[in-house]
Order: sequence, then C-alpha cells, then structure tokens
Amino acid sequence: MKYLHDVATIAISHDKCTGCGMCIDVCPRNVIAMKDKKTFVNDKDACLECGACAKNCAFDAITGDFGVGCATAMINGLLRFGNPDKGTCDCDGTSGATGCC
Amino acid sequence: MQLTPADTDKEKSSCCCCGPKIRKTISSWNAGDYFGAILCRISNRYRMRYRVDPGLYSLGSPTAEAKVFVTANYKLSFDHLRKGLNGLDAWILVLDTKGINVWCAAGKGTFGTDELVRRIGSEKLAEKVSHKNIIVPQLGAPGIAAHEVKKKTGFKIVYGPIRSKDIQAFIVNNNVVTPAMRSVTFTLSERTVLAPLEVVAIVKKAIVPLLVVALVMGLQKQGIMFHQMETLTMPIIIALAAAIITGCVLHPLLLPFLIVRSFALQGLFLGLLVSVCLHFSGMFSNVSVFGQAMTYVLISALSSYLAFNFTGSTPIANKSGVKKELKIAVPLYIGAAVAVLLLLVLYKISQEGLL
Repeated sequence: MKYLHDVATIAISHDKCTGCGMCIDVCPRNVIAMKDKKTFVNDKDACLECGACAKNCAFDAITGDFGVGCATAMINGLLRFGNPDKGTCDCDGTSGATGCC
Repeated sequence: MQLTPADTDKEKSSCCCCGPKIRKTISSWNAGDYFGAILCRISNRYRMRYRVDPGLYSLGSPTAEAKVFVTANYKLSFDHLRKGLNGLDAWILVLDTKGINVWCAAGKGTFGTDELVRRIGSEKLAEKVSHKNIIVPQLGAPGIAAHEVKKKTGFKIVYGPIRSKDIQAFIVNNNVVTPAMRSVTFTLSERTVLAPLEVVAIVKKAIVPLLVVALVMGLQKQGIMFHQMETLTMPIIIALAAAIITGCVLHPLLLPFLIVRSFALQGLFLGLLVSVCLHFSGMFSNVSVFGQAMTYVLISALSSYLAFNFTGSTPIANKSGVKKELKIAVPLYIGAAVAVLLLLVLYKISQEGLL
C-alpha cells in the first residue's frame, strides 16, 4: 500500500550525512537505505513525512515538509483559517470532537 | 473553592514533601481493561477520557538495574505496554500526552523531547535507576530527538519495537529491533478495528440534517404528513447508509486492493460503483430522476469524503499528498453539497407532481 507518486518532500544531504544510521532505525516504512556509509531515500512513495528521521538526525542532514497527513485536520484548517497547516483534529488532546487517530 | 490553611497544608503533605509517588502496576489485564479496550474503539467520548496518570510506575519488583520503558498516558497504550512486559520487572515512565496514543501524540509534539526531559527530572529517574538507558517506542520518534534528550538528561534512548508484543523478543535480542519490528503494518484487523468509530462519528453528524430534510419532505398543504415523509425520505436514508458503509467500512477493508492511490478518488470510485449497483438493483425505481441523481452525487461524494478523512488513521498517507488532494477534493465536496441540496429540492417538487 503506497500513497501518491512522487509527492513526499523528504531529502537527505549527502554532505551532512555521517552514516550513523539513526534515521533508518526510526523510520517505520523502510524509506531510507545505506550505501557506501551514506544514507539515501530509497522508497520515496512509502514516506509518511512523519519527521522521525529528521528529528533524530543529530547532523540536520534531513529536510522536508514534515507533519501529519490527516485530511480531517487539514480540511478543518482550510475552512476555519484558510490554511490547511493550522487545522487540528482531536489528536492534540484539546477537543472532544470526532477525528482520526 | 477557597482552600483553608489546613487544606493547603494537607495538599503540601500529600504531594511535595515525600518526592514523586511511584505507582504500582501489573502486566495482566482485568475484565475492566478488556471492556475499556473495546469501548474506546466505539465511543470517541470514552476514548478521549481513557487515561492513566502520568508519572513513574513499577511493574513487578524493579531494581535499580531494571529497564525503563516510556509510553503515553492513553490507557490503551499503557495497557498494551504492561501486557507486553509480562513476567518482567521494569519501570514504566508515562508521559502526559493528554490521553493521546504515542504516535499521534508524537506527531503533535506532546509525546516530545520537552515532556520526556521534564518527566525524567520530576520523577527523579536518575535516583531510581543506576543505568542511563531508556527504551522509547519507535513510533514516539517523530516527537523525540534522542540526541537532545541525551544532552539534557544524560539518558540514552534506545528505540524499541513498534508493537508491544515484540518487546520480549527485542529484549532477548539484546535490545536490538529487527527490520520487521520497526516496520508499521496495516493488516485487515488493524483496519477493521478503526471502522466503528468512523461510522459512529458520521452517523452522529448526519442525524440533525437528516431530520430537517425529513420534515421538509413531509411538508404538504395540510401540514407535515408522516406517510409522505416516510416515502420520500427512505431513499435518502438508504443512500446515506450506503455512503457511510462504502466510505467507512468497504474502503478500509478493500484498501490493499485499490489500484488508485488517491484516497479521495478511491472513495469516489467505490461510491460510484455502489450507486450504479443500487440503481440497477431497482432500489430507487419509484424515485424521480432528480432523486436518483441525488443518490449518485450523495453516495459518491460522501464516500469520497469519508475515505479521504481516513488518511489520518493510516500509516500510508503523507502531508504533502493530503495537501495535494485537498486542492481538488474540498471544492468538489462543496460543489457536491450544493448539488445534493438542489437535487433534493427538485426531488421534492417533482414527487409532488409539480415538475
């Protein structure tokens, strides 16, 4: 099961990567692989953009538009604030509204 | 309520002089735990309140060398962890995630570096254990920067397996996760268990609009006629039920077999298919052409909307993709809502023989 082709924004800087492999350990979708002691994006369409890799990279080698791919939250944000990034669903634990996770 | 001096003293003595309290827990589930695990898959209200107190828990009789496991204060997360630790003596550090599970809370940052660092300090973890290792579930990684926690507290994070049932194997394997343990799955049962909450949520939202529509359908010169209401509303109820079953049940069940990758389109195509089936089954043969058109638009658009909203529950969709779908899907849904309203009006007029 894979999502839309070629939309994920994850990118790894070859220069900054030290090959520690932490990103591979935290990725839940096996997106990243190692070659010649450097990591690279091996399966972009599987990427959830959860940001675990970037968050745990001590060398800031990984960039992307990370966040939660939740239509409930984004529709909320778009309709209420005109910005999909500002929306929430009930996963932030503040509302009792219906939602996803 | 104003606290009397005596009350404040009591408060102090219960919370501040004796250091943080360690709660005891066990790995086995009782009937209430099993009941709660089912109920929070059905009632969102119950689920949002299904919590344990944050803090440090002892499982069995942990020594200073015992392992430390971190989790969220959603009770189901905590329960699965303690069940997975069956037979072990361990410490469980519960973060305050406002009752949200590990992965969702990590995505929102409440299961995060700051909360973990704060909790390690407030629970005086360094005094409880003689080592400097904590095991954090891998799905907590989007919220936690292991290198920062190490810098701030001295504790080294080992990311444990995604599923608590793999914990025993992980420990036997010297705290190393296998590639299978760190890959998220979305099996039939994992998809099925999500459906009841989705159905309940949309049914709740649909009740009031449906009642309003039913009243309008029953309108006659003599007043609101029940028989007329029933005849005209039944096709709408059937279409609504079909849309909900397609979007909330059929879609998640069929997910691995759908060729199209866009969730909105998956729901749209499934909805269209169901509309055609209902049409040719003769279900709506007594309904005017406007009513029939309404069933097509309602089932397809609502099923698409529900399937699209499922993105947040899946380990498949990503932010950029949902954003891309959003640009087409939202105008489509608004258009469909307007079309359904118009067709409902035309349906009512035509059934009255005025068209």
